Amino acid sequence: MSVHVEPVRVYVFVFLALMVGTGLTVFAAAFDLSASGIPFANDLLAMAIAVAKASLVVWFFMHVRHSTPLTKLVVVGALLWLVFMVALTLGDYDTRGLLGVPGK
Amino acid sequence: MAAEHHGTLAHHFESYDQQREASSLGMWLFLVTEVMFFGGFFLAYIIYRSRWPQDFALASHHLDVTLGGINTVVLIASSLTMALAVRSAQLARRKATVLFLLFTLLFGLGFLGIKAAEYADKFEHHLVPGPGFEFHDEGSDPRHAEMFFNLYFGMTGLHAAHMVIGAGLVFWLMFPAWKGRFNAEYHNPVEVVGLYWHFVDIIWIFLFPLLYLIGFHLEG
Repeated sequence: MSVHVEPVRVYVFVFLALMVGTGLTVFAAAFDLSASGIPFANDLLAMAIAVAKASLVVWFFMHVRHSTPLTKLVVVGALLWLVFMVALTLGDYDTRGLLGVPGK
Repeated sequence: MAAEHHGTLAHHFESYDQQREASSLGMWLFLVTEVMFFGGFFLAYIIYRSRWPQDFALASHHLDVTLGGINTVVLIASSLTMALAVRSAQLARRKATVLFLLFTLLFGLGFLGIKAAEYADKFEHHLVPGPGFEFHDEGSDPRHAEMFFNLYFGMTGLHAAHMVIGAGLVFWLMFPAWKGRFNAEYHNPVEVVGLYWHFVDIIWIFLFPLLYLIGFHLEG
């Protein structure tokens, strides 16, 4: 696997997409979306845009699209362990008080 | 196999390809630990934000969205120049590499300058957690607002520390770049510092909406 030199326009497009994403994030934050009935609708939308932006950075700027399968596995592994940490911790916090445990 | 460039192929690697792959993989492994490092902060944020949504929104309203937004643009621009610095190193374009590294460094320092001005403003308005903390917004528990600012200073402080280290690394890279050390086969130092720099950019992509924008829709 020899080195892959990306055309400049790819980086410029990614940069512009990130700028649009930033603008969209600020624009969406100006509205109170809690009226939609979805809890934390604003936060969820902002995080969805942030994940999209981060994916662009990882895939293009960080060259993961040209990296070895082993490197790709490590990247996915990072996300997996993060999900474990968040899911297990919230699994504790969000279920406290569900059962009437004496002496709690 | 091409001849060695300035002895840049370490003796335990068979080829430049293998050397590059090993250094990128090693950097990614380090970044996994960084994800968990920042992940702890994000987890604490999720827990407190879900408990005290209104207090956090009111506290967030005291941050400057304009300065935070400008810093987001500055940081994304620095990622572009960093990516172009890596590309120039791959093509062995000596002056372009140095120039793009310089732009990256300047954007990074600009970010830190704006951050410092924001911190100074928070000190003036007694929004730094501790004995001097004061928060009088109606309908808000000051202790909950103080937790928001704990997270604000913890997360942006850790991020800024990474920026300082990143700026130091970019500055250090300018010397070998100026000497023309980098080419298609050997540019690992620029590549891995680039990975680090983009990672720090990604952290900010998440920090900006979570810290600055959750109170943006509030009046006043």
